[in-house]
Amino acid sequence: MSSVEASPAVPLFEATGLSKTFGIVEVLKDININVRAGEVHAIIGENGAGKSTLMKIIAGNLAPTRGEMRIDGEAVTFSGPVDAEHRGIVLVHQEILLAPDLTVAQNIYLGRELHKGVFIDDRAMNEGAAKAVRGLGSDIDPNTIVSRLSIAQRQLVQIARVLLVPHRIVIFDEPTASLTPHETDALLKVIRQIRAKGVGVLYISHRLPEVKEIADRVTVLRDGRLVASHDVSELQPADMARLMVGRDVAKLYPDRHAAEARETVLEVEHLNVPGYAQDASFQLKKGEILGFAGLVGAGRTELMEGMVGLRTSRGTVRHLGKPVNFRDVHASLKAGIVYLSEDRKGKGLLLTKDLIVNLTLASLGKFIGALQIDRKRESDALDKAIRDFDIRTGRKDILAGQLSGGNQQKLLLAKMMLLDPSIVIIDEPTRGIDIGNKEQIYKFIAKLAEEGRSIIVVSSEMPELIGICDRILVMRSGRIVGEVTGDHMNENEIVVLATGVNKEEAA
Amino acid sequence: MANVATEPAKAPKTSKDWDMAAVAPFIALALLLVLGYFANPNFMTSANLLNVVTRSSFIAVIALGATYVITSGGLDLSVGAMLAFVASLMILFLNSGTVADPALALVAGMALAIAIGAVCGLANGLITTVGRIEPFIATLGTMGIYRGLTTWLSQGGAITVRDRDILALYRPVYSGSFIGVPIPIIVIFVTAAIAAFVLYRTRYGRHVTAVGSNEDVARYSGISINRVRTVTYVIQGLCVAVAVLLYVPRLGSTSATTGSFWELQAITAVVVGGTALRGGVGRIWGTICGAFILEIVGNIMLLSNFVSEYLIGAIQGAIIIIAMLVQRSLMRR
Repeated sequence: MSSVEASPAVPLFEATGLSKTFGIVEVLKDININVRAGEVHAIIGENGAGKSTLMKIIAGNLAPTRGEMRIDGEAVTFSGPVDAEHRGIVLVHQEILLAPDLTVAQNIYLGRELHKGVFIDDRAMNEGAAKAVRGLGSDIDPNTIVSRLSIAQRQLVQIARVLLVPHRIVIFDEPTASLTPHETDALLKVIRQIRAKGVGVLYISHRLPEVKEIADRVTVLRDGRLVASHDVSELQPADMARLMVGRDVAKLYPDRHAAEARETVLEVEHLNVPGYAQDASFQLKKGEILGFAGLVGAGRTELMEGMVGLRTSRGTVRHLGKPVNFRDVHASLKAGIVYLSEDRKGKGLLLTKDLIVNLTLASLGKFIGALQIDRKRESDALDKAIRDFDIRTGRKDILAGQLSGGNQQKLLLAKMMLLDPSIVIIDEPTRGIDIGNKEQIYKFIAKLAEEGRSIIVVSSEMPELIGICDRILVMRSGRIVGEVTGDHMNENEIVVLATGVNKEEAA
Repeated sequence: MANVATEPAKAPKTSKDWDMAAVAPFIALALLLVLGYFANPNFMTSANLLNVVTRSSFIAVIALGATYVITSGGLDLSVGAMLAFVASLMILFLNSGTVADPALALVAGMALAIAIGAVCGLANGLITTVGRIEPFIATLGTMGIYRGLTTWLSQGGAITVRDRDILALYRPVYSGSFIGVPIPIIVIFVTAAIAAFVLYRTRYGRHVTAVGSNEDVARYSGISINRVRTVTYVIQGLCVAVAVLLYVPRLGSTSATTGSFWELQAITAVVVGGTALRGGVGRIWGTICGAFILEIVGNIMLLSNFVSEYLIGAIQGAIIIIAMLVQRSLMRR
């Protein structure tokens, strides 16, 4: 790093009026942001607030629709991430992008191996890697195979690899998403070291306590707009949460009558899904819509999958008072419990098959005539599903993959409702779905509850949970950490629970 | 709510458009027939054609089972060795004289062959599903086992049906005909019709396709992946057994090299027929067509003088590559 010390007046990096439009959707609008040498600038916001898009633009992965970027006061455009790297901007990805079967040193130097004549210079690379890793305060042996490292160690290797490039600005994209508190502390220490060398750090997170701890300045994004930018000393985590949230909810959600006390249909006690969820206990009542809130990776999906037999789990689940232990989905479907995966395209629908095959796949038994599948009955069922769930499709013989996201979700819902379940678990019901279809799906969910079915909604979108649920359980790091009901069902309280800022601190 | 069901920007590809891939093998077969017609006047005689189709019956029937295995996302390399193994055991039983009456002995022998085929298939299925070993490796292993056992049973030589009465009784199953149609051809079409019915019209068939198309979706829909896959291997074993029933009366004998490389021919027939090797799309009649194509290519080479018949293997190899290229270009359209 032979960078010239920029004068304090001119920030290391500055972006003005950055906007990004995908089709007709404006995901970023008029963002002004800068990074000074030797500071950590945190960008916070909810899922979908535009943080990732902003970082991709700064790292050269995306071109802005409007706006300009300056380095040392000089206007720049990036043709791609490599170009941005040449300018000294590097990005540490959220996911671990390492070859698991290669050693630490081989990974750090992958694609830029050191040579001695025609031979690869392993000794030099091992020394370089050892030095890079030591520089981050770790003593990982550069000869270790990456698959033997812990997630935190892998992340460190990934950081070492990124920092091998001469850099002036380092972007961390939610680096602590999969780390334990102890590992997080170690990472924050590394970031402080980087800052101490006069590097500008952009730090993306929605873990507020950690932002308070590491950042010098905080910028809050909401719905693609910059809503606030402050020195961190001026903000408490609770203020950040308020700024992140604070959106007025439109009339997107159906009116619901508060469910009166009814019988319990599902009781979960001390359920463990190894590696993902610990000691989960909750009850679900007939006709109730129960929400599960939490950050990505809090273990909500895995808890549901453990419950319906998609993962191994230990603990007690009582369905209508009787203990059950579903060994596979077949068993839970038979009991009248359906689970709609958050991964619609990967686990919900056969994208290369037609609508009928998808619709009847889970309930083919109902469509068997004397010996064979009754195609007439299948076709009638599709007609009915198209009517009932308002699936918009020009033709009935298209493939499921050709439907829009919203219509795919409606088809998946129709598929599972053919089983006439008494308990419906929907994971991220509106992910990647436009507002019109969202509204319809909320209506369907409300209607299912009115019919006396019990619903569990897992969602990362808090407004949606608040809008449709009777009660919300909040998970953090694999545990159910609280329940919000009635007047307490607001984003502020949920964020506080989900991020682990304690109440006293927030008050 | 401006919501468009499909994205018009991407050329809509409907299920109808995929039919081209299904029709392609039949077009290829028709072109081959035309080519054969011009290559040698003897080609288009009913005697020659019936003979060719009869000879394709072993591969055709085995390939029907392979269509199931491949459609569900699996692979079975052991079928050639399995055929030799089942046939050897069947002949050893016929020679053992356990049942005195020739007709009864034959019926018992055939039933035994079917049972052994099913068990061999079940073994393959359980090793891949319960044992969770890659189908390629698992069936490579059983291929070695079945082949080795056959070699050991025959002590490196041949195993031959000794009872002339039984052989006389059994011969017509391969060489006889029913209202002018050789029995092996009838067997091809009857087994194919059953296979098509099960794959296209029953719940199990739908599950096979779903498992091969996307295992996760199938699992999340409550389908038992292991059971569906295991049964495909049992079906494969049954098909091999049916091929054995046709094979034994042909020569009345097996040896250590019986059925060598038939697994590759069966896979070729399946792929040439338009079934996706990655699973999820199975075409029963395409497979039959593929088996015919392989045999007819050999026949044309024999009848014409352009190419040495010693090159048959090379030509068949080229056919599978061409078939894959055609399949891919049809899908990318």
